[in-house]
Amino acid sequence: MRAGPMHYAISANRLRDGIVVFLGAGGAWVEQLAQAAAYPEKEQAEAALEGARGDEKRNLVVEAFVFPVRQSPAGLVADHIRDAIRAAGPSVYRDHGKQAETR
Amino acid sequence: MYRYDEFDAAFVADRVSAFRDQVSRRLSGDMTEEQFRPHRLMNGLYLQLHAYMLRVAVPYGTLNARQMHKLAHIARVYDKGFGHFTTRQNIQYNWPALSDVPAILDELASVEMHAIQTSGNCIRNVTADHFAGAAADEIEDPRPYAEILRQWSSIHPEFTFLPRKFKIAVNGADWDRAAIQVHDIGYQIVRNEAGEVGFAVYVGGGLGRTPMIARKLRDFLPKADLLAYTQAIVRVYNLEGRRDNKYKARIKILVHEKGVDPMREAVEAEFAAASREFISLPASEIARIKSYFAPPALQARAACDAYEARRQTDPRFAAFAANNVHPHRVAGHGVVTISLKPIGGVPGDATAAQMDAVADLAARYGHDEIRVSHEQNLVLPHVALDDLPAIYDELAANGLATANAGLISDIIACPGLDYCALATARSIPIAQRISERFGEGERARDIGELKIKISGCINACGHHHVGHIGILGLERKGVETYQITLGGSGDETCSLGTLTGPGFSSEEVVDAIERIVNVYMSVRTDRSEDFLAAYRRVGMQPFKEALYETSKGADI
Ligand code: SF4
Repeated sequence: MRAGPMHYAISANRLRDGIVVFLGAGGAWVEQLAQAAAYPEKEQAEAALEGARGDEKRNLVVEAFVFPVRQSPAGLVADHIRDAIRAAGPSVYRDHGKQAETR
Repeated sequence: MYRYDEFDAAFVADRVSAFRDQVSRRLSGDMTEEQFRPHRLMNGLYLQLHAYMLRVAVPYGTLNARQMHKLAHIARVYDKGFGHFTTRQNIQYNWPALSDVPAILDELASVEMHAIQTSGNCIRNVTADHFAGAAADEIEDPRPYAEILRQWSSIHPEFTFLPRKFKIAVNGADWDRAAIQVHDIGYQIVRNEAGEVGFAVYVGGGLGRTPMIARKLRDFLPKADLLAYTQAIVRVYNLEGRRDNKYKARIKILVHEKGVDPMREAVEAEFAAASREFISLPASEIARIKSYFAPPALQARAACDAYEARRQTDPRFAAFAANNVHPHRVAGHGVVTISLKPIGGVPGDATAAQMDAVADLAARYGHDEIRVSHEQNLVLPHVALDDLPAIYDELAANGLATANAGLISDIIACPGLDYCALATARSIPIAQRISERFGEGERARDIGELKIKISGCINACGHHHVGHIGILGLERKGVETYQITLGGSGDETCSLGTLTGPGFSSEEVVDAIERIVNVYMSVRTDRSEDFLAAYRRVGMQPFKEALYETSKGADI
C-alpha cells in the first residue's frame, strides 16, 4: 500500500491508561490513525506538536512526537513499521490493540 | 518457599501505598512526568509501544499455586487475559492502565509478590536454576542463597543508584542452567577439596551491545562470606564503574578495561578491609533460610506402572516424557517442563486459564511448586512419574502439552517490535515461523537439542549471543533485517556466537535457518552429536557456504 506523498502526524500515549492516541484535526486526541490530522509540511507538524505539548502539561498525554504518514486508499498509514505497529497493535495478536476495533 | 515476615509484609505494603499516592498525584497533575518517571520505574512500570507494561518479579523463578492463581486473576481483570514470562524469570503484563497499577500491586502484595527492583540501576531479581531443589545433578539448592542476596539487596541504600542495572545468578548443579557466566555476578555452588560447599565467583558477564563472558574471581568462596564478597564487588563497581556513558556503564566494561587481575585485587582489598560485623552469614542464618526451601518428602518409587503403561501405548505421551521430563533426584519422580512454546505460538505467553490450570496441577500433583525458567517455560519440579499421565492429559486439554522442551521449536524470543519501545525489528513472528517450519514431531526430535534465541534489538533480552543459533533483528533502511550467529552457549561451556555474515530479510531468514539445520544434519557424526558439538567440531565454514552460495541476494 505505497501511496501518496509524505505527510506528518502526531502521536502520544494517554497518561491514564497508556493507550496510543493521535492528534485529530480539531485538536482533540483520537484513538485511530485514520482520524488523525495529517500535515503536508514537517514545520506545520512541529508547530502542532508545540500545541500538543500543552496537553502534556495538562497531564492528558505523555511522550508526544511527530511521525511520517502517507495517504492511501484505506486512509492514513504510518510510513515506518514501528509507527504502523503502534497504530495497529501487536502483529502477533490481531485481536489486541486498535486493529481489533476496526476489523 | 520463603514466606514474608512482618517486616517484609509491612515494607511491601508501605511501598504500595507510597506508589498509590504518587500515581494519584501524577493523575491529578501534582507531579510532572519527569518527576513521576523514576517512581514508576522503581515499581516496575514501563511505558512501551502500545501501553504501560508492568514487570512483576518472580524471585529466582519460584511460585506457589496461590501466587500463580493471582497472576491469572490479574491477567484476567487488569489485562487482556494473558501474561508474558520473560528470560529474567519474571512476568510482564502488556496492557495495564496506570490508574489500575496500585490495585494490581495490592493484589500482588496479598500473595507476597511485588514489582520492586524490576527496573532501574539497582540489583535486579536474583535468578537461579529453574530445576533447583529437584535436579539429580545438584550439589545444593541455590535458592536459599538467592533469597539471602535478595533480602540483602532489596532497597539497599548504598546500591540503589549504581552506574547501571546489576544482575546476579546462582546455580547449584554441574550443568549451568542459570547462564551464570553472562551475569554481572554468577555464583556457582561447588565443593572444594576439603569437601566443603561454597561458591565459585564469576564477574563481568553480560550480553547487550557488548557481549562478554564473565571472568572467574575466586575458585572457592565460603558460604559465610557470600554477602561480604558480593558487597565488595558491588562497592568496587559502584565507585569505579563508568557513569559517563550508559553503554559503558555495566560491570563487564569495568572488568574489561581494568583487567581481571586488578579487578580481583580491588575486590579482595575491599573484602579484607570491610567490617564483617553485620554481613557475615552465620550457619544458623543460612539454616533458617534453608528451612523455607526444605524439599518435599518424596518417597523413592522403584516401579512406575501407570507411567510405563501409558508410555508403551501412547506415542505422544512417550514423546512428552522423553523431551519434557528431566531426572529428579528421587527415583520414580520427574521434573516436568511445561512448554510455553506451542507450535506457531508466542514464546512465553500464557493465558489466565493456562496459568490457573498450571496452578491447579501444582497444588494437586506438584507439592505446590511452580518455576518460571529463563527459557520462558514453566516447570513442575516435583512430580511422581505415575501422576504424569493425569498431568499430561490436563496440560493437553489446556494447550500446554507441546513436547518440545530443548528442541528447535523451544525458542526464546524477546517481545521485539510487537511491544517494545526500544526494538528495531520483530522477533516473535520469526519464532512463530521457525516453530511452524520444524514443529515438535519426528523431524524436530531427529534434529535434537538446539537452542534458538531471538532478540529484537542489540539489548539482547532474547539472549541471542548465547543461542546455538542466535538471531538479532535490526532495521536497515526502514526494513527488518536479521543477523544470524552460530555456536553460542549459555551453559558451563559458555561461548558467544559468531556472526555468519550479512543479514537476511524477514522472508529469507527461516529458509536460512533451515539451511543451517540441513548442514548440521549432514555433518553430524550421528544423533548423539548435537548441533553445538557439531558446530564446535566443524566450525563456521560449511554453514557459511550453504548460507551465502545459495542465497546470492542476501547482501542486505
Ligand atoms: S532485546 Fe531489544 S527489542 Fe527485545 S525486549 Fe530487549 S530492548 Fe526490547
